[in-house]
Amino acid sequence: MPKAFTPKVVTANALLEGDVIYLAADDRWVRRLDEAEIITDEAIAQIRLLDAQARASEAVGVYLADMAPTEDGPQPTHFREEFRATGPSNYHHGKQAAG
Amino acid sequence: MYRYTEFDTAFVAERNRQFRQQVERRISGALTEDEFKPLRLMNGLYLQLHAYMLRVAIPYGTLNSAQMDQLALLAEKWDKGYGHFTTRQNIQYNWPELRDVPDMLDALAEVGMHAIQTSGNTIRNVTADHFAGAAADEVADPRPVAELLRQWSTDHPEFQFLPRKFKIAVTGAENDRAVIKAHDIGIQVVERDGEIGYRVLVGGGLGRTPMIGKELSPFVPQQDLLPYVEAVVSVWNLLGRRDNKYKARIKITVHEHGIDEIRSLVETRFEETKQAFDGADLAIFDEIKAQFAPPAFRNAPTDAYDAAYAEDPVFRAWADSNLTAHKAGGYAIAQISLKAHGETPGDATAEQMRVMADLARRFGHDELRITHEQNVVLPHVHKSDLPQIHKILKAHGLATANIGLISDIIACPGMDYCALATARSIPIAQEIATRFDELKIENEIGELKIKISGCINACGHHHVGHIGILGLDRAGVENYQITLGGDATETASLGERTGPGFPAEEVVPAIERIVGAYMEHREGPEESFLQAYRRLGMAPFKLALYGEDSGKRSRAA
Repeated sequence: MPKAFTPKVVTANALLEGDVIYLAADDRWVRRLDEAEIITDEAIAQIRLLDAQARASEAVGVYLADMAPTEDGPQPTHFREEFRATGPSNYHHGKQAAG
Repeated sequence: MYRYTEFDTAFVAERNRQFRQQVERRISGALTEDEFKPLRLMNGLYLQLHAYMLRVAIPYGTLNSAQMDQLALLAEKWDKGYGHFTTRQNIQYNWPELRDVPDMLDALAEVGMHAIQTSGNTIRNVTADHFAGAAADEVADPRPVAELLRQWSTDHPEFQFLPRKFKIAVTGAENDRAVIKAHDIGIQVVERDGEIGYRVLVGGGLGRTPMIGKELSPFVPQQDLLPYVEAVVSVWNLLGRRDNKYKARIKITVHEHGIDEIRSLVETRFEETKQAFDGADLAIFDEIKAQFAPPAFRNAPTDAYDAAYAEDPVFRAWADSNLTAHKAGGYAIAQISLKAHGETPGDATAEQMRVMADLARRFGHDELRITHEQNVVLPHVHKSDLPQIHKILKAHGLATANIGLISDIIACPGMDYCALATARSIPIAQEIATRFDELKIENEIGELKIKISGCINACGHHHVGHIGILGLDRAGVENYQITLGGDATETASLGERTGPGFPAEEVVPAIERIVGAYMEHREGPEESFLQAYRRLGMAPFKLALYGEDSGKRSRAA
């Protein structure tokens, strides 16, 4: 049996602002993880990644991040993605401040 | 202090003009990220976890008040109102936007500052003893030679594509406050028969393969220094491992070839490099040195200091921990702690930066220093002004009396900001400082240096902390390894791992147990943690950390 595919979101940093962005189902870059498209099929994930990487004037360092699908949208399975989705722990800056 | 020449000003302006156009070309799509990245890194601009990060060079950690004011302006205008002082005596801004960076660089240029060579595989910002020019124990001020090295290395055509980054540190005293043994090249100003020269160490470094630097030459005369250093970098440039970035630093080259072979190669190369130096560097050195002439110290009574010291216990505590002997009578070196308990080590708000700038202007001969321990120094203050300085610092949250104590923690930005980090550093530092402040035993513990890195690259110098903490990712959970017995000074040593690591919530209790064991076993308050560790070895600390089965657990680790 091949290993089960861990659902993914496409994520990057915005070229101009530098902040964390996610790819939504309608191809927009969104700032909030709960608006991101969760991809459960490996082949589709690869195509979405390639398409996103082609948008070099909008996004830097595009990659696929592991997520768990929940009713509230994708939830990070690793603490690094949790910090990216939230912001630093020493100040109320970054995503958490955007509300 | 060094003032930019017309050449420096024109050079920085030209680089800023080029970078502005590079940013525009990146935004227009004319440059890809792969093309742009090396260009932005050459100008100190990283892309981190949540945002861009601009790293600004503070050569040998020396600033004047106008420069500090400008750093405050940058923090306020283009960042979130604060800046982070680093273990490389630099400042980092965590939230700039790409379009603003050229303006930030232009603003820096107005006060003779830049971000050139704060990243990339070049010779980085040259660091130095933060007490330079003020310390009672110094042979000579290390900054003129640090500035000479800065000028020589900036845009050096041979050294723009080195195998890896290259860091040089200079100390002017036998007491090493610049961690020269953990640098690619460490330089110590020495005197022999009345002549000033330089002891040159090579191959030190921290990171994934920590090494203590080895002596390459006990004495390099002034006229040979630049060609000699050029020979060292040149030998490594050809010999260094470009096949594997983890083996590319000169410490690995020295380790693989042996110090004797490196010395012989350097000497051969030196015969060539010195032909290209015609003495112009000596003339430049003399001009630089003149600009670092000591300020006009005043001769005044210290009654105000003595009275405050006798009467005010808060001032006394601050004076006892934050002041160091100055070479001039009636003067002191005052350290401003950026380690208020529970705050982020090394951070200062724009307002605090302006306060420090103002203090330097009014009381400190217009000089400030940034230490690799992430604090700020007023290097030349007359003791009679200290009560007033302390009062102002207190009003702005800058009078924490903890220099050298357990809460004066070095911490890298860790995974709160850094894209390379494997775990967070800042919250661990905040928790340790808060806990020991609650216990009110900091002074009783005495000198104890905790250094925390959020990944193996060791920006937080954990290997040379009396207690070192290294944050790692263990199967998707933050986990912290502890080392003991590291030392960053002239008696440098690398810490030894205690055993298995600890999850984040167990780090503070673990530190408490280590400190408890030290307090129990020390011969008296005069025996520091490091001395006690060197006498006792690991055993009592291991027992305190892991209990009776510590032997078994560490074998399993």
